[in-house]
Amino acid sequence: MTELVITDLSVSVGGNEILRGVSLTVRSGEVHALMGPNGSGKSTLSHVLLGKPGYEVTGGSVSLDGVDVLTMPTWERAKAGLFLGMQYPTEVPGVSLLDMLGASFAASGIDASGLSDRLSEEAERIGFGQKFLSRPLNVDLSGGEMKRNETLQLGVLKPKIAILDELDSGLDVDALRLVSRRVEAATEEDGLGVLVITHYNRLLTELHPDRVHVLADGRIVAEGGAEMAEKLEETGYAEYASAKPAATAESRFASGGFDA
Amino acid sequence: MAAAEAAFELPPPTAEEEQWRYGPINDFEIESYEPSVASPGPIQVPTEGPSGAAALEAASAVVTVADGWVVNIEVSADAAALGLTIQAGLNEPRTGFGEDADRFDRLHEAFAPPTLCISMRDGAELETPVVIRSHHTGQGRACFPHAVVETGEDAGLDVVEYQTSTSGKGFAAPVVQLSAGAASRLRYVVVQELGEGIVQLGRILCNVGSQATATAAMAAFGGSYARVRTDTRLVGRGATGNLIAIYYADQNQVHDFRTYQHHDAPDTQSDLMFKGAADDNAGSIYTGLIHIHPDGRGSNAHQTNRNIKLSDAAWAWSVPNLEIENNEVRCSHASTVSPIDLDQQFYLHSRGVPPAVADRLIVSGFFGEVVDRFPGVGIQDEIRRLVAEKLDRRGANQ
Repeated sequence: MTELVITDLSVSVGGNEILRGVSLTVRSGEVHALMGPNGSGKSTLSHVLLGKPGYEVTGGSVSLDGVDVLTMPTWERAKAGLFLGMQYPTEVPGVSLLDMLGASFAASGIDASGLSDRLSEEAERIGFGQKFLSRPLNVDLSGGEMKRNETLQLGVLKPKIAILDELDSGLDVDALRLVSRRVEAATEEDGLGVLVITHYNRLLTELHPDRVHVLADGRIVAEGGAEMAEKLEETGYAEYASAKPAATAESRFASGGFDA
Repeated sequence: MAAAEAAFELPPPTAEEEQWRYGPINDFEIESYEPSVASPGPIQVPTEGPSGAAALEAASAVVTVADGWVVNIEVSADAAALGLTIQAGLNEPRTGFGEDADRFDRLHEAFAPPTLCISMRDGAELETPVVIRSHHTGQGRACFPHAVVETGEDAGLDVVEYQTSTSGKGFAAPVVQLSAGAASRLRYVVVQELGEGIVQLGRILCNVGSQATATAAMAAFGGSYARVRTDTRLVGRGATGNLIAIYYADQNQVHDFRTYQHHDAPDTQSDLMFKGAADDNAGSIYTGLIHIHPDGRGSNAHQTNRNIKLSDAAWAWSVPNLEIENNEVRCSHASTVSPIDLDQQFYLHSRGVPPAVADRLIVSGFFGEVVDRFPGVGIQDEIRRLVAEKLDRRGANQ
């Protein structure tokens, strides 16, 4: 059983506070959805969890099975079992999937001899053309191909906890279904814990969440079961724009700063 | 020697001149070298590693040059029968420089040993390259190798030159004249693996005839200050000139490239792709001019120079220029100097790749596009090996 525990996390970018005391726990086999309007801090959270440069953690903690994640360099967080499926995967000219995953396996002391076959198997599972496997990373891929590529890496790297940022963008209905099936299978077969970030309920009709958290203005302002996502689809986020934070005593007492 | 005296009467070039701007030419003193005025005779040129042993095995001919002097020529019987001729000392055509020849050009004319002449008969083509192994013995010598490579009408020829040296001090001012006859295919590759005691000021002069394609591809890894000026003249209608370079300077090295793409005839094409890296305190210079002559209507000219800076102290100049005297043309240029991309690093780190390994993958990948353009798989492997050597050294220092 693995547990990613985010406690009262506050993060600034260039002196502006983006996250204001976020607390959230993801355990093995669970699917959590993080929803919220543009600019609420969803992507910031995903970046901070993997240690992307440019963010300043001003308070709180993140731990994976009790080990402090925030002091680890990014690659060690990945080695420890965190995975980030990116909203906009970066093009890396001249570097293939095989090069990158081979280097990742080597760094973790995993035998990479069957890697090529693993890639082919995973590609097949999500309907990702074999021709893409030898391409430079994310170069000349469509949005949907990039998301399949991210999912394929998830399948091969077998992380403990995956943060999937806007996994649904660019995917058509069929691809969304295949990719969602693959992620759900990982939760069942490998006990993967998932934090999926999305604007829309569309993804959550395929990748069924156990819990839904609503992030607005850097705070978790509402939490509930899968039904909450359906409700949001009808009502939108307007009511949360000026809502009081609902999560914890600490955040309730945090000083103001809501814009609306 | 009157010619040498006349050369020394010309002022030494300085970095105040546009042609030599950004580089360390002011620190260079030709007076501290002795000209190589006689052949050192047969020498042992390293054939493992640096001179690409694998490439030599499948060669149509192997020419050995020592301190600028041709000391051995071996031509396979098949290649000779097809029409490959290689000689030293005949015809001595040192007519490549115009009136703007500077002191180094005139010194080259004064001291160049007999010219290495390589030519391919009309309509004939070889499957394997002519390999030149040009070695500098150091010893404070100034060397002036001169080669002329010609293809007859509709001929095809590949020439690959490996430049090596001892670790000693030396100066080299090699000149290569390429002449591609009508509808011919001429490819010249130079892999520069000189020691760090060598200053090189080289020139490539390339004339491309009607419907012919000439490619000059350079890979620069060695030298202390190593410069090549390339003048490509597309003189026949429909001529194509391709310029390719990869360079990687570290420690205190400086790599310097000046290019000219002259479109003197209609419907001519040129494409330049130069990519470089600089690490430690090293630096690189790229300045290039696309010139479309008034007669160059229908020309298509491209110029791309990209540089990656691997340390804070490393530096790179990238200065592309266009001079267009005809409106019916298509020209483009692109130029970048930047450190390793932070997003690319983060992407690889986030998949569990440690930073040093990630940088290695990114730099190798950055060069991939230009390495793939080098003619010949063996050459590409050799260049990848040399990039890996540089990256090994980088890894060992971190």
